[in-house]
Amino acid sequence: MGIGLTHYLILSGILFAIGLFAVITRRNAIMVLMGLELILNSANINFIAFSRFGGINLDGQVAAIFVIVLAVTEAAIALAIILNIYQNYKHIRIDEINKLKE
Amino acid sequence: MTQENLLMIPEISVVILLLPLLGFLFNIFFGKRIGRLSSTIATGIMGICLALASYIAFTKFVYYPDNGMIQLKFDWFTLGPGNAVSVGIGVDNMTAMMLVVVTLISFLVHLFSTEYMRDDKRYSRFFAYLGIFTFSMLGIVIANNFLFMYIFWELVGLSSYLLIGFWYEKDSAANASKKAFITNRVGDLGFFAGIMILFFTYRTFFFDDIFAKILGDSLHGIAPILPFNSGFWLTVAGILIFCGAIGKSAQFPLHIWLPDAMEGPTPVSALIHAATMVAAGVYLTARVFPMFTAHALLFVAYTGAITAFLAATIAITQNDFKKVLAYSTVSQLGYMVMGIGVGAFTNGFFHLVTHAWFKACLFLASGSVIHAMHHAMHHLNDHHTDPQDIRNMGGLRKTMPLTYLTFLFATIAISGVPFTSGFLSKDGILAGTLAFAQLTGNWLIPIAGFGAAGMTAFYMFRLTIEAFHGVPKTKIATQTKENKFVIVFPLVLLAVMSFWFFYSANPIDASKGWFASRMKAPATSVPTAYQFRFLVPEERLKQEEEAQEKLEKANVDENTEKLKKRIHEELEIAYATGQENRDSVEKYKQEFLKNKEEAKARARHPLMAKKSMKDGSGEKEEFLTVFEEKIEEAHLPAMFISVLIAGLGILLSFTVYQFKAMNSDNLANQFGLLYRLSYNKWYIDEIYDASVIWFTLNFSKVLGLFDLKVIDGIVNLTAWVARLAGQATGIFDNVVVDGLVNLIANVTGTLGSIMRKFQTGRVQTYIGLTIVVVILLVYFLA
Amino acid sequence: MQNFLGLGPLTWITFLPLLGMIIIFLIPSGKDEKGKETSKQLFRWVTIGFTFLQLIIAIGIYLNYTAGMTGINVEGGFQFREHYNWFTVTGLPMFGNVKVDYFVGIDGISAPMILLTAIVCFVASFASFSIKKQIKGYFAMYLLLDLGMMGVFISLDFFLFYVFWELMLLPMYFLIGIWGGPRKEYAAIKFFIYTLVGSVFMLLVIIGLYFGVHSFNMLDMMDPLKYDPTSIFAPGHGWWRNVAFFALFVGFAIKVPSVPFHTWLPDAHVEAPTPISVILAGVLLKMGTYGMLRINWPMFPDSVKYFQCFIAWVGTVSILYGALCALGQFKVGKRDFKKLIAYSSVSHMGYVVLGMSSMNSSGMSGAIFQMFNHGTITSMLFIIVGVIYDRAHTRGLDDFGGLANKMPIYTGIMAIAFFAAIGLPGMSGFVSEMMIFLGAFMAYPILTVISGLGIILGAAYMLWALQKVFFGKLPDRWSGPWDPTHKIYKTDDINAVELAALIPLAILIIGLGIYPAPMFNMMNATVNHLVEFVRIGGGF
Repeated sequence: MGIGLTHYLILSGILFAIGLFAVITRRNAIMVLMGLELILNSANINFIAFSRFGGINLDGQVAAIFVIVLAVTEAAIALAIILNIYQNYKHIRIDEINKLKE
Repeated sequence: MTQENLLMIPEISVVILLLPLLGFLFNIFFGKRIGRLSSTIATGIMGICLALASYIAFTKFVYYPDNGMIQLKFDWFTLGPGNAVSVGIGVDNMTAMMLVVVTLISFLVHLFSTEYMRDDKRYSRFFAYLGIFTFSMLGIVIANNFLFMYIFWELVGLSSYLLIGFWYEKDSAANASKKAFITNRVGDLGFFAGIMILFFTYRTFFFDDIFAKILGDSLHGIAPILPFNSGFWLTVAGILIFCGAIGKSAQFPLHIWLPDAMEGPTPVSALIHAATMVAAGVYLTARVFPMFTAHALLFVAYTGAITAFLAATIAITQNDFKKVLAYSTVSQLGYMVMGIGVGAFTNGFFHLVTHAWFKACLFLASGSVIHAMHHAMHHLNDHHTDPQDIRNMGGLRKTMPLTYLTFLFATIAISGVPFTSGFLSKDGILAGTLAFAQLTGNWLIPIAGFGAAGMTAFYMFRLTIEAFHGVPKTKIATQTKENKFVIVFPLVLLAVMSFWFFYSANPIDASKGWFASRMKAPATSVPTAYQFRFLVPEERLKQEEEAQEKLEKANVDENTEKLKKRIHEELEIAYATGQENRDSVEKYKQEFLKNKEEAKARARHPLMAKKSMKDGSGEKEEFLTVFEEKIEEAHLPAMFISVLIAGLGILLSFTVYQFKAMNSDNLANQFGLLYRLSYNKWYIDEIYDASVIWFTLNFSKVLGLFDLKVIDGIVNLTAWVARLAGQATGIFDNVVVDGLVNLIANVTGTLGSIMRKFQTGRVQTYIGLTIVVVILLVYFLA
Repeated sequence: MQNFLGLGPLTWITFLPLLGMIIIFLIPSGKDEKGKETSKQLFRWVTIGFTFLQLIIAIGIYLNYTAGMTGINVEGGFQFREHYNWFTVTGLPMFGNVKVDYFVGIDGISAPMILLTAIVCFVASFASFSIKKQIKGYFAMYLLLDLGMMGVFISLDFFLFYVFWELMLLPMYFLIGIWGGPRKEYAAIKFFIYTLVGSVFMLLVIIGLYFGVHSFNMLDMMDPLKYDPTSIFAPGHGWWRNVAFFALFVGFAIKVPSVPFHTWLPDAHVEAPTPISVILAGVLLKMGTYGMLRINWPMFPDSVKYFQCFIAWVGTVSILYGALCALGQFKVGKRDFKKLIAYSSVSHMGYVVLGMSSMNSSGMSGAIFQMFNHGTITSMLFIIVGVIYDRAHTRGLDDFGGLANKMPIYTGIMAIAFFAAIGLPGMSGFVSEMMIFLGAFMAYPILTVISGLGIILGAAYMLWALQKVFFGKLPDRWSGPWDPTHKIYKTDDINAVELAALIPLAILIIGLGIYPAPMFNMMNATVNHLVEFVRIGGGF
C-alpha cells in the first residue's frame, strides 16, 4: 500500500493537534506562536494533499503559498505584539496577561 | 342759611381743628431739633386757636343765638350709587362754648407746662402730644355726626394713652395708660354697637337726620322710625351710646381708670382728666339727649347719681393730693351726667363748663404744689418722699400764697358756695333732680345728689386744710417756694373765671343769664309714647292729643252709629215679641255707654304721667316743657338744702381738721368698715381683677393651651398616624415587595457568579473552550 | 395702558419676576478664595429692581384702571384682559377635548390685590437684606414666589389659577425649609401639607365643574346655562353643589386661615425668615379670602346663602379665638413676638370672613379693604419684629423692655403699626373694620356685637406687647450698643434700609385711613355687582 491521501491527512491532523496543544498549554508567547505556525502548516499539507489527490489543478498549491506568505506577516505582527507585551509587563507569560477579564 | 352770611363760622372752625394737628406734626418731626422753641410754637398755635374760638363763640351767640347748627356735610367715600358714607362738622351754641373751653384750658395748660415740664428730656414730645390731644378733642366738639364723633373719640383715647404713659419708664405709668385705653375700649364697644344700630336703621350718621327720623313728622304724616320698630331698641341704642360716655367720663362701673390716670404729668391731668376729655362723655350725652327715651334717661340719671355718690365717698379718705382731685372729678362728672339724665340739660352742660374752670384750676394748683415740693426735695437731696402725699404737706399757705388763694377759691366754687359759678350750676342740677323726683318718684337721685354735695364740701376743705393750713408736717413743706409767673398766671385766670358774673347777673339763679338762654335744652325727638310726658314740648303734646282725639272721635262716632242701629233693631224685635226682651235691650244700652267711656279713656295716652297736664300750665312764663317749669319751682328749696348741706360739710371739715375738735383717726376707727371700704375704693379694682380680668386671662390661657395641645395635637396626631401608616407600608415594601425583587436579583447574581468563573481573561482558555464547544457541536450536530 | 412687546401689562407684571430669576441664575455666585459670596449685593439689587418695576407697572395699572366696570361673571367687565389658547389636548378618554386658556384680567376684587402684592413684594425685598446664606437660591425662589402670587390674582381660567396656586407653594416650602428657624423642616412640611389638602379639595371640584361646563373658564362656570343639566354640579343639584361649595370653602379657609384650620400659621410664621413672614401674612393669607370671593361666591351663589350663617360663625369664632390665643401668648409657654402677631392675623382675617358673610356692599367692600389693610399693617409688624430680631437675636417678649429710649424712631414706627392693628381711627384698619361691622350688623346683629369683643381683646394684647417691649426699664443686657464693633449697625436705632421698607407702608396706612375713597372707588362697581349677583342667586 503506497502513501495515500489518508496518510497526509493523518500527518496534518497530528501536526494540527500538536500545534493546538502548544497554543493552549504553553505559557511562553513564543511557543504559542510556534504552535500557530504548526497549525498553519498542517493546513498547508491539507491543501497540497487535496490538490494532488483530488485530481484538480494547482489551486491548492497556490493557496498554500498564500498561507505561507500570510504566516510570515502574521509572525511579524505577532512578534511585534509580543515585544510590546514584554515592554509593558517585562515578561511574556501569556497566562498572566488576563486584561480581557476586566 | 346760605353760605355767605355764616360769617365764616364753618371755615374757621375747620382751621381751629387743624391748627393743633399742624403743631403736632411739626413738633413730632422737628421738635427735638428746635428744643425749647417747640413749646413757644405750640403755645402760640393754641393762642391763635383761642382767638378764633372766641370769635366763633361771639358771632354765634350774638348773631345766631337760636340753637340751630351751622353745618358742613360732605361725602367721605362712596360705596356705589346712593350709598355714601357722609361726614361733616357743625357749630351750634354748645359747640361754640366747648370750643372756647377747650382752647382756653389747652392754652393755659400749654403755658403752665412750659415751666412745669422744663427739665423733662422729652420736652418737645410733650407739646406734640398736647397738640394731638387738642386736635382730637376739638374734633369731638365740632363733629355733627356719630362717625366723626367716634373717630375723634378714639383719638382722644390715643392721646390720653400717650400722655398718661408719658413717663413710661415707670411701670405704674405704663400700666395706667394701658388700663385707661382698654377700659375706654369697653365703653367704646357699646358706643359703636349703638352707632351700628342707628346706622342700620337710619343709614346716616348725622345727628340732625337721625333725630328728625326718630321724631317723624305727624303734621305731614311721616311716621317716626324706630330701630327694629320698637321703643325698646331705641332705649337700647341710647344706653349703648351712653356706654361711650360711661367709659370716657369715668362713670360707674368703668370709673376705675381715671384715678390711675393721675400717673401722667399734672398739666395733663388738668387738661385731659379734669376739664376736657373726661367731659367729652358728658358732651356726648348732651349731644344725643334728644334721642334718649324715658328708660334711657333713667339709666343715665341713676348711673350719674351712683357715680357722684360713690366717688365722693372714696375721695374722703384718700391721701394722695391728685387722687382726691381725681375722685372729685369722677364725682362731679357723675353730677353732670345725672343732671342731663334727669332732663336738666342746660344745668348739666353748665356744670361741665364751670367745672372745667375750677377743676382745671385745682389741678394746676396741685401741679404748682407738686412742682414746688419737687424743687424743695431736690434742694434737700430727698428722693424718697412722696411729693403728692398730703400728709407731707401743711402750712403751704405761707410759702405759696397765690397758689393757696386760687386753690381756696376753686374749692369754694366746687363746694357750691353762693357767688361762685359752681353754686349756680350745681344748684341747677339739684333743682332738676328734685323736680324729677317730684314728677317720677325717684327720690334716690336727689338724695345721692345732695349727699355727694355735702361730701364734696367736706373732702375739698379737708384737702385744703391738710395741705395749706396748719404747720408744715415735713421739712420739705417749709422749703417750698411760690412758682414763677407762667405757672401762677393760669391759676389766677381760672380762679377768676369761677365767679358768678361771667354767666349770669343774678348770683343765685343762672336761669335768666345769657348762658342758660343760649344753651336751652333741645326738644326731645323720642315719640311721646316712650318719653316722660313732662319732657315732651307742650306744643307737640297738644298737637298729638288733638290728632288722637280726632281719630278716636271718628271711631266713637262709627261705633255709636253701629250700636244705635243695633239697638233700634233690637227694640223693634222687642216690641214685636213682648216684655221678656226688654232686659236684653237694657243690656245693649249699658254696653253702648260703656264703649263710649272706654273710647274716651283710650283717647288719653297710655303712658300719661301721674299729674295732669292742664293744671297750672305756664301762663305767666314761656316754658317749652312741664319739666322746665318744675325746675323753676324746685329752684328755691334746692338752693336752701344745698347751701345748708355744703355749709355743714365745710363746718365738719373745719371741726375735724382745722380745729381738731374731733380726732380723724378715732373717727376712722369708729367707722372701721366704712372707712376701709372707702379707703380701698370699694374694692372695685379687686373685684374686676378677680372676675372679668381673671376670667379673660385664664380663658385665653386655656384656649392657648387648647390650641397648642388639642387642635395642633389633632393635626400632629394625623401626621403621626400618617407616618405610622407610612412606616407600616415601608416595612411591607422592604420585606415583601423588595424581597421578591431581591430574590430575582439574587438568582441572577448567583448565576452570574458561576458563569464568571469561565471568564479568566486568558486567551488560551478561550481557545480551549472554543475547541471543546466546536467538538461538541460537531459531535451532536453532524 | 399700552401693550409692550405684544404682551399686556398683566402678563408683564406676572412674568417679570421670571426674567429676574433667569438673570439671577446667570450671575455667577462669585465665591472668592475665602468662600464669601461676592455678588451678594448684586442679587439683592436685581431683586429690588425687578420688584420695583413690578410696582411701577402696578401703579400704572392703578392709574389706568377704569372705575365702574363690573367683572365677576361679565367678561367685558374685566380690564387688561388677555385671552389666548394655551394648549388643547384632543381625544382624551372621558375628558374629550381639553382646552386650557391663558385667560387673565382684573376687576375690582383683584385690582387691590395686585397692588398689594406688588407693594408687599417690593417692601419685603428690602427686608431680605437680613438673609445671609445661599443668597442666589433665596432670591431666585423669592422671585418665583412673586410670580406665583401675581398669577393667582390675575387668572380667570380655573386651570391656570390652579397652576399658579401650586406654583407658589413650591418656593414657599423651600423658603421656609431652608432659610427658616430651628424647627424649619417641621413648619415647612406642615405648611405644605396643609395647603396641599386644600388644593386636593379644589382639584376635585375643578374636575367636577369641568364635567359640567366642559371648559376651565371661570366665567363659564358662573353661568347656569352653560352647565350640562345631567352633570353633578348642574343647577338644581343643590346637595352636590353644597358639597362642592363646602369643599372649596374648606380649601380656601385653610389658606385664610380660619379656626380650626389655622395651626400651620403660627408655626410657619415663627420659623419663616422675616421677609417670608411678611409675604406669608401680607399676601398669601389673602389668597384664601380672594379665592372665596372669586370662586366660591359667584360660582355657588345658591350655596353661599345656605352657608351664610355658618360663614359668619366661622368669622366670629376666628376673631375671638385668634385674639384670645394672642392674649394667651403671655400666659403659656415661650412668649414669642411673632406668634403673637400670627394669632392676631387669624383674628384679623376673621374680620374679613365676617364681612364677606354679610352679603351687602358695606361688608364686602370692608372685607376687601381689610384684606388690603391687613396686608400692609401685618407686613409692617413683621418687618418690625425682624428689625429687633436681627439686632438682639431673640424674639422673646420677656427679653425686652424700655426700648423706647434706645430706639425712639423705631418706637414711633412701631406705635403706628400697633395702633393701626388695633383699629385706631386715622389708620386704614379702622375704616375697613368699621365697614365690616356696619355691614355685618345688617345681616347678623348679635354675632357682630360679639365679634366686637375682639376689638377690646385686640387692644389688650397689642398694648400689652407694646408695654412689654418698649416701656419700663431697659434690661442690662441691652444697655450697650447692639453691635459694639459698629460694623453692622452704625446706630442703635433703625437703619435706612429698614426705614425704606417701613415708611411706604406707614404712609399707605395713614393715607388710606384718612382718605380711603380711591380704594373704594376701585372696587365699588364689582362689589355691588357681586352682591347683586349673589342676592338673586345667579340663576342657579
